[in-house]
Amino acid sequence: MEVMTGTRTAAAGAPSAPATPRSGRRRRADGRVAALFLAPGLIGFVLFIVVPLGGSAVISLYEWPLFGSPAFVGLDNYAKLFGDPAFFTALTNTLIFAFVYTALNLVLALAIALWLGTRLKGAGIWRVVFFLPVITPMVANALVWRLMLSDDGALNSALGTVGIEGQSWLSDSRFALAAVIAMSVWQSFGYNVVVITAGLTSIPKEILEASRIDGTNPWQRLRHTILPMISPSLFFASTMTMIGAFQVFVQAQVLTQGGPGESTNTLVLYLYRNGFSFDRLGYASAIAWMLFVVVMLVTAVQFAGQRRWVNYDK
Amino acid sequence: MTSETIRIRARRRRTTLTWLNTAAIAVVALLFTFPFLWMFLTALKPADEVFSGSALGSQLRWQNFADAWTLVPFGRFIANGFFVAIAGAALSVVVAVLSAYAFSRLRFRYRDRLFLLYVATLVLPQEVLVVPLFIMMNEAGYVDTYAALIVPFAFTAFGTFLMRQFFLTIPVEYEEAARIDGASRVRTLWSVLLPQLRAPLSVLGVFSFIGYWNSYLWPLIVINTQDKATVPLGLTMFTGEHGTQWNLVMAASTIAVVPSLFIVVLLQRQLMKGVSMGGFGGR
Repeated sequence: MEVMTGTRTAAAGAPSAPATPRSGRRRRADGRVAALFLAPGLIGFVLFIVVPLGGSAVISLYEWPLFGSPAFVGLDNYAKLFGDPAFFTALTNTLIFAFVYTALNLVLALAIALWLGTRLKGAGIWRVVFFLPVITPMVANALVWRLMLSDDGALNSALGTVGIEGQSWLSDSRFALAAVIAMSVWQSFGYNVVVITAGLTSIPKEILEASRIDGTNPWQRLRHTILPMISPSLFFASTMTMIGAFQVFVQAQVLTQGGPGESTNTLVLYLYRNGFSFDRLGYASAIAWMLFVVVMLVTAVQFAGQRRWVNYDK
Repeated sequence: MTSETIRIRARRRRTTLTWLNTAAIAVVALLFTFPFLWMFLTALKPADEVFSGSALGSQLRWQNFADAWTLVPFGRFIANGFFVAIAGAALSVVVAVLSAYAFSRLRFRYRDRLFLLYVATLVLPQEVLVVPLFIMMNEAGYVDTYAALIVPFAFTAFGTFLMRQFFLTIPVEYEEAARIDGASRVRTLWSVLLPQLRAPLSVLGVFSFIGYWNSYLWPLIVINTQDKATVPLGLTMFTGEHGTQWNLVMAASTIAVVPSLFIVVLLQRQLMKGVSMGGFGGR
């Protein structure tokens, strides 16, 4: 929503400058001032974003140990990657994580945002409560989940009191990835509650009133009025959530250390291990580039798909 | 029955429903916060009762907080965390304000194309950059320094993007008036523009602070002594040769959560506004 309008205003801003000779002079003067204002940000941007991005591509063509001299190996790292079963497991896990987590996150966020929009006291307070784990340290969040989901943890003892046999949530490969997803959804969906609420409050009351007078039921209003009207918020939320999902690392590292076996290994965890545990920085960079490509592809697909369901006119 | 009593009854029924609805969401919210509650309760248990299954231990061991503080240099981690987060947030805000001013108020060649390049990096996962960043830091001799923790992540396009969004909502007429009165660019920015942007500045400041405070992957890579470790890194140091002392880990986690709690309570309006304006950087 804001993202889109922002870029649009930027594009519209430039040509509207009056084309008088005076402004021509000012344009040149602005250039010098602009250079000064831009310099700190631009130097950092180039040094810490553009150069590392290019550097990552270069490093991926080398066998690059932490200490010692790098050796050029061409596309060997990529060739190895495509024959590496652990990489495909990490890729599959990351894809499953990204799609399931994003879907659950949005459904829950939408449900809670709609609920907070009904007649109740203290909507603002409840919204803040759901937002809380978004800003508490993820390591602390993951640690308490690890404790609760451990074999003798709170979940299993709670299940025990109602006569259900507990499971090894974190060390059984059938449940481990689900546990990582559950913890991640818990920790993040409050963010989208706020995003979607902002969308919901921008719907004019009269429109909902009119549709109520037309005799629609709540489900029809949701399906045909509310969802289309908040589709820009939903699109923004799903795109950003998905991008974030591909970066999953802390949860897998702290909850399950990628295990059991490789069952919760993710791309970033595998990248980290290759780079900083197995001393293969070149290989890690190849994984980084694969991650980058996958994220770009998924984002591009989402942008291409938005025409079909996102509605920008009010 | 008069229409008056019907109306009163209807209103009373509506009030009852409102309270029932409120009670229901309260229950859900309480369940939602259970992990934090459990964190705190475990922090108060004796070590051998962590897995007892009951909510409260045989005694409330407040001593655990002191033990957590001394078992690892946790005070040091907190001081490091605050220093890094405050310095990082300050740097991020200054950089973002200057860049956003140029992108929203000045005219120069390639402005829109350059801005588009900035925006494009919003979807770039920072994890893609950690290997080359580490090699750069290593070559330059900055491994295990505060500078390595602070500087590389203060230049993300997010801050510039967010500030520009806010700048564009302010009419340029104020600044033009000041400029005609002979004020310099920097002066107009400082005394005309920024006073109108206190809330957005605190939004960006808070977001950056949280990003630095919670950051884990980069400190894990670039820091290798307890001296420079930040809080998330410190939390993982309780797992040692004696196994994990969960009551102490939870005491430390509780301490680590407190600053975030304060931020949420004190700055909730700015946070909510910031989120709905377009996102969150470092997450």
